[in-house]
Amino acid sequence: MMIRGTPRWLEISLLALWLVVNESLAPHHWLLGLLFAAPIAYLTRKLRPRMARPRRFGLALLLCWHVLWDVVRSNLAVGGIILGTIRQQPKIGFLQIPLELRDPHGLAVLAIIITATPGTAFANHDPNSNVLTLHVLDLQDEATWLHTIKHRYERPLMEIFE
Amino acid sequence: MNVAAMPPWLALPAAILLIAGGLLALIGSLGLLRLNSFYARIHAPTMGNTLGAGCVLIASMLTSSAVAERPVIHELLITVFLLLTSPVTTMLLMRAALFRSDHEYQGESEGEGEGEGEAP
Amino acid sequence: MTAFLDWALHFALACFAAGMLCAAIRLLRGPSAQDRILALDTLYINGMLSILMLGIGIGSAIYFDIALLIALFGFVGSTAMAKFLLRGEVIEP
Repeated sequence: MMIRGTPRWLEISLLALWLVVNESLAPHHWLLGLLFAAPIAYLTRKLRPRMARPRRFGLALLLCWHVLWDVVRSNLAVGGIILGTIRQQPKIGFLQIPLELRDPHGLAVLAIIITATPGTAFANHDPNSNVLTLHVLDLQDEATWLHTIKHRYERPLMEIFE
Repeated sequence: MNVAAMPPWLALPAAILLIAGGLLALIGSLGLLRLNSFYARIHAPTMGNTLGAGCVLIASMLTSSAVAERPVIHELLITVFLLLTSPVTTMLLMRAALFRSDHEYQGESEGEGEGEGEAP
Repeated sequence: MTAFLDWALHFALACFAAGMLCAAIRLLRGPSAQDRILALDTLYINGMLSILMLGIGIGSAIYFDIALLIALFGFVGSTAMAKFLLRGEVIEP
């Protein structure tokens, strides 16, 4: 596997998981954690030989902050919609967005971001035409959703993963 | 309950986060009852799964750090795990619903009519 | 101030219990199978959060492990059921 030069993220995160679960930084926990992390990472790497090569971590942090802010905002919006269902049901619908992002890891992150934000859910992605289908709870103005996905999420993801 | 020995500057944010998390999870679950079609309902529990659970887990970190008198961060594990996994379940359910509505299963919503979106 | 925290704990616990009730009603009524799986998903997350509330109230770290296990197995269960629906049906809902 071509892993020279890239940090071994799987080992690092498994080791961090072990240390956090045990709540200790003692040397024997480091040793045990490494003993578990190295073979597991070695065995599971064969399952997915293609590795993600994320870059530009400052941009990734900014993206996380944007996503957090959007999650809070859309939580309030969806809460308002649910409490307002006595008067009317929301107008739901599917929305199709042509993408430029091609990297599979970037697409996976985009799908998780979209689904984790209440009010939008990932429905389909066509690998041939690279069109993403979303389901939107409150389809008032399609242009805003399109703009949010394209500029706020897709552009940074393309810079991070491609 | 055993929260008597907490300093007020920790107890106040923890209490506010708990109330916010409880309300978010409650409204999200209420959405399951109030919305009239499956495609609308799939959006409701996301509220409780992301921000609601996040608020509660931060509050839990604050209180358990105060009780143990050292920083306790292992609730972060549940937060990260929920953030990564609950979208996966939602996506699979969405795909399952689309697959089933493509096939023999039409007219599932109680409300009927415009509630049903068009499958792509 | 700690009385307020105590009150907030009970309030959040009541919210999660009511949420579990909503999810249980949807689980029983749900017209389609995917509705029931969605309700079950909500049910286990609300249950996990209320166990965390008990853990905060009692001040024991054991409840954290229980909550982590519920989150793990709940995810595996919902994903397996959703995947089963995606693969085609054997049993009518």
